[in-house]
Amino acid sequence: MDTTVLLDEKAIERSISRITHQILEKNNGSGSLSLIGIRTRGVYLARRIQEQIRIIEKKEVPVGILDITMYRDDIFKLKTPEVKRTEITFDVNNITVVLVDDVMHTGRTTRAAIDAIMDLGRPKKIQLAVLVDRGSREMPIHPDYRGIFHPAGVDQEIFVKLREVDGLDEVILTQSA
Amino acid sequence: MNWPYKDLLGTRELSREEILLILDTAESFKEISRRDIKKVPTLRGKTVITAFYEPSTRTRVSFEIAAKRLSADTISISGTTSSAVKGETLKDTGRNLESMRPDVIVIRHSMPGAPHILAGALASSIINGGDGAHEHPTQALLDLFTIREKKGTLDGLKVAIVGDIAHSRVARSNIFAMKKFDVDVTCCGPPTMIPPFLEDLGVNVEYRLDKAVADKDVIMMLRIQKERGGISVIPSVKEYAIFYSLKEEHLQTAKKDVIIMHPGPMNRGIEISDAVADGPYSVILDQVENGVAVRMAILFLLLGGES
Repeated sequence: MDTTVLLDEKAIERSISRITHQILEKNNGSGSLSLIGIRTRGVYLARRIQEQIRIIEKKEVPVGILDITMYRDDIFKLKTPEVKRTEITFDVNNITVVLVDDVMHTGRTTRAAIDAIMDLGRPKKIQLAVLVDRGSREMPIHPDYRGIFHPAGVDQEIFVKLREVDGLDEVILTQSA
Repeated sequence: MNWPYKDLLGTRELSREEILLILDTAESFKEISRRDIKKVPTLRGKTVITAFYEPSTRTRVSFEIAAKRLSADTISISGTTSSAVKGETLKDTGRNLESMRPDVIVIRHSMPGAPHILAGALASSIINGGDGAHEHPTQALLDLFTIREKKGTLDGLKVAIVGDIAHSRVARSNIFAMKKFDVDVTCCGPPTMIPPFLEDLGVNVEYRLDKAVADKDVIMMLRIQKERGGISVIPSVKEYAIFYSLKEEHLQTAKKDVIIMHPGPMNRGIEISDAVADGPYSVILDQVENGVAVRMAILFLLLGGES
């Protein structure tokens, strides 16, 4: 199996920094802004964006945790799907929610996440930030902010590793032989 | 961890890991019932039939709410209004229901083993909602969920189960489940309500209530199972209440943070006093709330995987 590093630690940091600035630019600052990370790695990315906003704006934006298992469209095809907790303690009505995920692929996860958030209320806007966009969409959904765009084939896998769970920061592309 | 079963018939056959999977899954579902919009689309298009041949308030409503909050469709039939009164056998009723393509049938029946008969005859998932004096697995699982929620753990706890042990499916399912963990279980009741060889299940037997509750983390009170002959093994209900009704004074010797449980329906003044049932140590209504989350988890695990 061939492995290529798409982003190293520094590059991930720069991507998150740029995404944070773009979020603040597009939304005229961090007022009425909330971040919702999609389990598992989206949560850590959301927390890093939160930290960047704290440094830039001296303001703490809330971070929620979303588990989309209950909203998946392939739930009956999984062996034993594992549901984890959704922890969104703030009111999502009339705010701008930035969904954060590590890899964007078919768009089905985002579709599920949007449905899950709509069941909690009616946000003013939902935007999407992803670290890696690997293309091959199956839904008419596109990210508002993305770290890199790297179209990957069906025989390729992209893995985002984050130090909070994986011990190091790295985005790798693997090619099955 | 995979969920390997088509049915949920009892806690006896569940492993520690399988019980923990149910409890962990239930934790994720609990939050849904506290939302403004209490519904997720997870089991959309699935059909759940509740077939109760014995009276029930909590279990039936709990199952129906659990199914509906997961977007499944529910239909309920009861013994007295079904064709059972016209002489149809249980198996035939089951086969006929199955022809309408349900995904889960929850059954409560006075005959021990009734859910097992259906499980063997039908392709649908069968959940035991209580079979005679045999098992009531979803009650035991919601009890374990509540204990773990309040105590943070199951291992190392001391539990007293008090009342009509011989006729209680709740006691049996709880004992089977608790013995998968490091739980010290003491059963208490008059000798005629303690089945022979009960100690073989790994529990202690105590005939005096004050001794049974001493130093306990959890006290679970059970009612006299009148419909199963519980009344015929004691001299009188009044006398039973004198010796086996849990009162405030009993809590003095229990652990400081003891919790009082009851699967319901309660017979106030018989097995439990008002002061205890409504007091600060009572988690009886928490049990009912948690029942919905636990049953959502069970429906999800039975239906949510690859079919």
